[in-house]
Amino acid sequence: MERFLRIDHRIIFAIITVAVIVSLILRFELPIPASEPVHGIYQKLESLPKGAHVMIAFDYDPSSKEELQPMAVAFLHHCFSKDLKVIGMTHYTGAPGLADQAITSVANQYQKKYGEDYAFLGYKPGAASLVINMGENLYSAFPKDFYGNETATLPVLQGVDSLRNLDFLFDLAAGTTIETWIVYGKEKYKFELGAGCTAVMGPDMYPFLQSKQLVGLLGGLKGAAEYEALVGKKANAVSGMRPQSVVHVIIILFVIFGNVVYFTTYRKKQR
Amino acid sequence: MKKDSNFFILVISIGLFVCVNIFLMASGKLPFSSNGFGIILGAGITLAIYSFLYKDNPAFKIAENLYVGVALGYTIIISWYNFLKPDLYDPLLVPIFSKAATVSPRYTLIIPSLLGIFMLLRFSRKLSWLSRWTFAFVVGLGAGISIPRVISAFILEQIKPSLHPVFSGGETVLSSINTLLILLGVISVLIYFIFSVEHKGAIGRFSKIGIWFLMISFGASFGYTVMGRLSLLIGRIQFLLRDWLGILQ
Repeated sequence: MERFLRIDHRIIFAIITVAVIVSLILRFELPIPASEPVHGIYQKLESLPKGAHVMIAFDYDPSSKEELQPMAVAFLHHCFSKDLKVIGMTHYTGAPGLADQAITSVANQYQKKYGEDYAFLGYKPGAASLVINMGENLYSAFPKDFYGNETATLPVLQGVDSLRNLDFLFDLAAGTTIETWIVYGKEKYKFELGAGCTAVMGPDMYPFLQSKQLVGLLGGLKGAAEYEALVGKKANAVSGMRPQSVVHVIIILFVIFGNVVYFTTYRKKQR
Repeated sequence: MKKDSNFFILVISIGLFVCVNIFLMASGKLPFSSNGFGIILGAGITLAIYSFLYKDNPAFKIAENLYVGVALGYTIIISWYNFLKPDLYDPLLVPIFSKAATVSPRYTLIIPSLLGIFMLLRFSRKLSWLSRWTFAFVVGLGAGISIPRVISAFILEQIKPSLHPVFSGGETVLSSINTLLILLGVISVLIYFIFSVEHKGAIGRFSKIGIWFLMISFGASFGYTVMGRLSLLIGRIQFLLRDWLGILQ
């Protein structure tokens, strides 16, 4: 029994990899009911009138792409299908490529025009000071968009002078930007804020739901899958739930097995 | 002998990877274009990074260093085109040095630019004292802006749900139990962190409840972390099976 405690960890890696590959290849349906925090985001977007301004902060880089890009795509599908005006920006230097790819690909599916229906303002450093700057004057924070156009000339930004004029802000965060938006943005400029975050950050964000500082939350790939299912655009996140569930079961079995082996050998040693 | 076998495994792996890609391109599963070569590069780097799970090797090290270099290069370019050029170069330097410029220079930008340059002077022994001015500005401004906002957003707003009435009408039994649990969790964890009183009697019992709350919280965080790491693996395997090998639709 004791040799199981010294099992080569590469065997466990191999089992996990095989489980992921097999459950991706074998197609089986799993129910993906939307949780209350995910419903919060969905309901907020549903309540917005046509032409309302939604800002998306793409605050992540390629290292978190697998969790947050599916969220961004599903959220953009919802925005464009509701004819909302989408404004993108980011605090991360690694994000512009991903953000541009997500916005452009989804916008093209709905025949949306750049500058009229959506815009991408690009990256700016500063975090808290950038949020404050945007709260005072959006055009001063972003005089030009990602493509070098004067933001003051973009029709999509008409009626939006600062964060106060936004109907909803959705932050896709791989770091501490949700707290930054809450502390320096929402508290002063009083806009509705929702967030999507990596699974690692998920538990830390729940207190903000309880205090209603966030209207909703998408946590990790699970949150993305729930949102994809809600908007009827099942893609990467939904198909990722099969291996996710299978591997979770395997990990639980490993934990139980490891504990049984540990306590069995511990008792033998005690005797 | 062991070094030779590791080298052999590496050469075989690279050879196998090249053969698979030749087959994929010859069979038309991968386009013979920049897009196709981009996918091959992505697949190769993904496999090189995951090869670390077997053991540290030159392929992993190359991929790791490549990532650092590419990320830095990308950061410099994005910073220049998104920030330095539109916010500093175009409004300040172009009007000063270009005769064709139609707008007057924004001289106010000299102050933040100088403060930024002062911060870099930390590397100079003679001039590093200038960086203190910038740090003084950053710390003073940061503290002034942050303290009231953080107290309001993280303390006062967070206290509200903890003090939410258990029965104020309209609540379900479950939401009332939830409110009580939050109250119990907040008080017991706070008591656990009071170290100036010996944890005996009622204080000891409450602090034990606090430990349980903390353990459950750590467990939830660990569970979420496992889910997050697994999501990254799933994403990469989806890329390998769908975009590279064309097995998934």
